[in-house]
Amino acid sequence: MLLSSFEKLGQYILLMRKVFTRPQKWRVFFNQLIKEINKLGVDSISIVIIISLFIGAVIVIQIALNISNPLLPRYTVGFTSREIILLEFSSTIMCLILTGKVGSNISSEIGTMRVTEQIDALEIMGVNSANYLVLPKTIGLMVFVPVLVVLSMFFGILGGFAVCFITHAVTIVDFEYGLQSFFKEFYIWYAIMKTIFFAFLIASISAYYGYYAKGGSLDVGKASTNAVVITSILILISDLVITDLMMG
Amino acid sequence: MIEVKNLRKSFEGREVLKGVSMIFEEGKTNLIIGRSGSGKTVLLKNLVGLMRPTSGSILYDGRDLTKLSTAQMKALRQEMGMIFQGSALFDAMTVFENVYFPLDMFSSMSRSEKKERAQFCLDRVNLSDAGHLYPSEISGGMMKRAAIARAISLNPKYLYCDEPNSGLDPQTSLVIDQLIHEITTEFKITTIINTHDMNSVMNIGEKIFFIKEGNLEWEGTNQDILMADNEALNDFVFASDLFKKVKEVEIKEIRDQE
Repeated sequence: MLLSSFEKLGQYILLMRKVFTRPQKWRVFFNQLIKEINKLGVDSISIVIIISLFIGAVIVIQIALNISNPLLPRYTVGFTSREIILLEFSSTIMCLILTGKVGSNISSEIGTMRVTEQIDALEIMGVNSANYLVLPKTIGLMVFVPVLVVLSMFFGILGGFAVCFITHAVTIVDFEYGLQSFFKEFYIWYAIMKTIFFAFLIASISAYYGYYAKGGSLDVGKASTNAVVITSILILISDLVITDLMMG
Repeated sequence: MIEVKNLRKSFEGREVLKGVSMIFEEGKTNLIIGRSGSGKTVLLKNLVGLMRPTSGSILYDGRDLTKLSTAQMKALRQEMGMIFQGSALFDAMTVFENVYFPLDMFSSMSRSEKKERAQFCLDRVNLSDAGHLYPSEISGGMMKRAAIARAISLNPKYLYCDEPNSGLDPQTSLVIDQLIHEITTEFKITTIINTHDMNSVMNIGEKIFFIKEGNLEWEGTNQDILMADNEALNDFVFASDLFKKVKEVEIKEIRDQE
């Protein structure tokens, strides 16, 4: 098992070497990049908004219910919600969700191309298939996931406001005061930097599993599942490392 | 000319190609035949560089494919066109875009010239009106024709076909065979077809190579095959009663003429 893991790591590094080369035609690359940003990023906006609104609302309710101590000021609800949304939910949890949506899409698309010999067809033409297929997806995701994360932060907090307005769990004034208290701009940059790395993991690992898929549709499904599982685990491990490095 | 010298390929200790040597004739339709699992596809994948042989050499006009640098390999690949068993058209592109793609990537033509060339290739395979359709919207025969159009778009010197008739009805198979043969003659391409379709063997096989268990068992023309005394070849080629009868009739005709 250890040997197989090292073999996979080596194969992944070799694939990345092929991916990160100069595109054969910049115009074709930019066309692909726009398509990928649209397909992988823009098409994920709605799911990001829906999830963020609801989770933001739930976070506020949970905190308001669980921090009902007279010694703690009411604005703590806004402050804690902001910290959770900015530091972990909109970056890490949202990337885990995107792994399921975008990562499986990437690995199944590339995997299907592999088993139907479309990648071989590219190679025969003299196209660097890894570069042509994976680079636009990777760059596209690294460019657009931070946008999704900022959107998620905005809509998460909006969900919090909505719940304050509807349920009066905490007053809007207290919630807003909490949101503004002890704010550190660095947290936003920390979240963005983290997600750029997570986006790279999502695109490259999913592409790796698709690129080396073998067999038929069943194997493509298996590759897609493996891609999601491994990416999720690596996101969680790297979250721990990055947090310790940047915040510890 | 493509010359294969003592080609060997093993997978985890199992030897699939056991020292194959052959010369593919230039400007002709060369056929590789053999039972499933005999090593035909492995041989074809080695010929186009999708697999690296364990040992041996593959010479393209003297250039050894096994020793080419990445840049040289890229240049050689632009002299190749390939038709895959399942057509391997890009799902996300229309038929026209599939044919246009290699031109867009590698041709120095202007945009309008590229479009003209792509349309010419589609016209040549009788798909003039199917350019706007996606691969999922066309039949198997049309997919094969689109794959031929894509393969010839860059004016290749060598055309490879991996079982071009698989999954097609006999009539469409004949059309595809004829089309490949016409293109071979018209554009003076060296074509190598991997098949176990006996109609193709008899109709278009100018040079035939019979592979058995990783060895070259027999080679000759489609006329030689009728008189061949190789037992394994006869068992394979004339496995069906229909072909046995065809053989008897053909031999009778030849003897009558003599």
